Amino acid sequence: MNKKKAFAVPYIVWMIIFTVVPLFLILFYAFIHRTDSGSLVFTTEYIKSALSGSSMSVLILSLEYALITTVICLVLAYPAALFLWQLKSRIGSIVNLLFMLPMWMNFLLRTYAWRALLDANVPINQFLQWLGLPAMQLLYTEGAVIFGLVYNFLPFMLLPIYTAFTKIDRSYIQAAEDLGANKWQTLTHVILPLTKPGIITGITMVFMPAVTSFVISRLLGGSQTMMFDDLLENQFMLLKDWNTGSALAVIMMVLMLISMALVRKTDDDSMPGGGI
Amino acid sequence: MAKLWSFCKRFYLAILLVFIYLPILMLMIFSFNEGKSMTKWTGFTFDWYEKLFTNPLILESIWVTLSIAVISSLVATVVGTLAAIGINDFKKWKKNMVLNLTQIPMMNADIVTGISLLLFFIFTKIPRGYVTMLISHIVFNIPYVIFSVMPRLKGMDKNLYEAALDMGATPAYAIRKVIVPQLMPGIVSGFIMAFTMSFDDFVISFFSSQGVVSNLSIYIYSMAKVGINPEINALSTIMFLCVITLLIVINVRAERQQAERNGKIPAKTPKTKRAR
Repeated sequence: MNKKKAFAVPYIVWMIIFTVVPLFLILFYAFIHRTDSGSLVFTTEYIKSALSGSSMSVLILSLEYALITTVICLVLAYPAALFLWQLKSRIGSIVNLLFMLPMWMNFLLRTYAWRALLDANVPINQFLQWLGLPAMQLLYTEGAVIFGLVYNFLPFMLLPIYTAFTKIDRSYIQAAEDLGANKWQTLTHVILPLTKPGIITGITMVFMPAVTSFVISRLLGGSQTMMFDDLLENQFMLLKDWNTGSALAVIMMVLMLISMALVRKTDDDSMPGGGI
Repeated sequence: MAKLWSFCKRFYLAILLVFIYLPILMLMIFSFNEGKSMTKWTGFTFDWYEKLFTNPLILESIWVTLSIAVISSLVATVVGTLAAIGINDFKKWKKNMVLNLTQIPMMNADIVTGISLLLFFIFTKIPRGYVTMLISHIVFNIPYVIFSVMPRLKGMDKNLYEAALDMGATPAYAIRKVIVPQLMPGIVSGFIMAFTMSFDDFVISFFSSQGVVSNLSIYIYSMAKVGINPEINALSTIMFLCVITLLIVINVRAERQQAERNGKIPAKTPKTKRAR
């Protein structure tokens, strides 16, 4: 017998220690209460308090922002991917690379630069005034946070959709045209179904990370817009309340599992052989 | 009409590119600005570039970022590749279980991974700092290596390894001389992904080190609250130019290789970076 299986042993040990055990610790802190006498009791108090009024509304707000971000990214990225695909394939892949390039630059820095651009008395407002529009408070608004999220996640939507496009066999398009479909019908009946796996991947790559990106909201939203992971960060870094913090983390994991399950389901519904 | 439409498509792509590159351009331009402001241009200077290389805090954080990125991605590449080879030989249910567990750090929100590791380090009383940051980076890097090596293993002839053993090779020798060369493209793209993930990470580093050591992201985040130092703009300009050069070199090389083995199946494109 070969002993190849043995090569996985170091990793399995590593994974159990550093991935599985820490997750159980979160569950432990979220559900176990240490009484004053030192004994451990099971409790759902922490979960309840994590789901109570104020943090619930923060959670809903975070989900709302993430949803809006995902929709905007999809609406912006889909036509972009379509147009990229319609360019000559060499040029298309170069332009695609241009879209990906900024991902290798620290996202905090790019977001910070937007802060300067959105600042009250500078470029964008001057441009608005030049157009004859009134100057606006741009920074530290909900709009600024969503703007920052869209900016950061657009490439993650574009790439999987574009990849799905590049896998389309162009003879399908020809066939559709030969059979009398007009451009719109080709788009909705041929191209859209074929790129659906890319859309789904894109949504997963944008939605969940957008729920949990407190840095962006911190930089562009100021202190007014509290997002879910702001809350989490506060619990851990400022209050050192590991129980409530862990309960919040558990909620986040449940959300992640739900969204994964939803994606798997839609993925199964789509035609076989899909997926990137 | 068709011409106008094709112009509109290009225009749309161009607008999106402007949107993506505007903040980067800002950072670059203002790295040459005499004043500290990110909004008002006062004069041209190279000062910030000089100061960059004498600022001990920045140099320290660059060192932390680079050393952790190099060490963690190298360790992840070795451990991950061996793990993939081993896992590939597991029985189906065991393989699925291990792969699902491996997905956890990729699918979970960074903040949850970060917190679970922080809890673990607190629980085991490992002092937070460079080492814990390094461990955490290895934790989230290994899955990227495993998932980029696995597909290569699927398409490999199992008998080659057996043949090597029959001819008297030790398992280690057979791995080195027979299996690894065939996996090379997957190993390389896994390494590159692990490196970029580590280089760009903020959230997990922030939690796992509890702010004891700063990598570049943590440094930038702490700066952003009080106003970013133009030295950072200078640094990001240098980094961006490095990335562009690197990508051009890689692309030119890839194209040359492609031309050489024209007619054969093109190499699989590496997967994308994950959203944060």
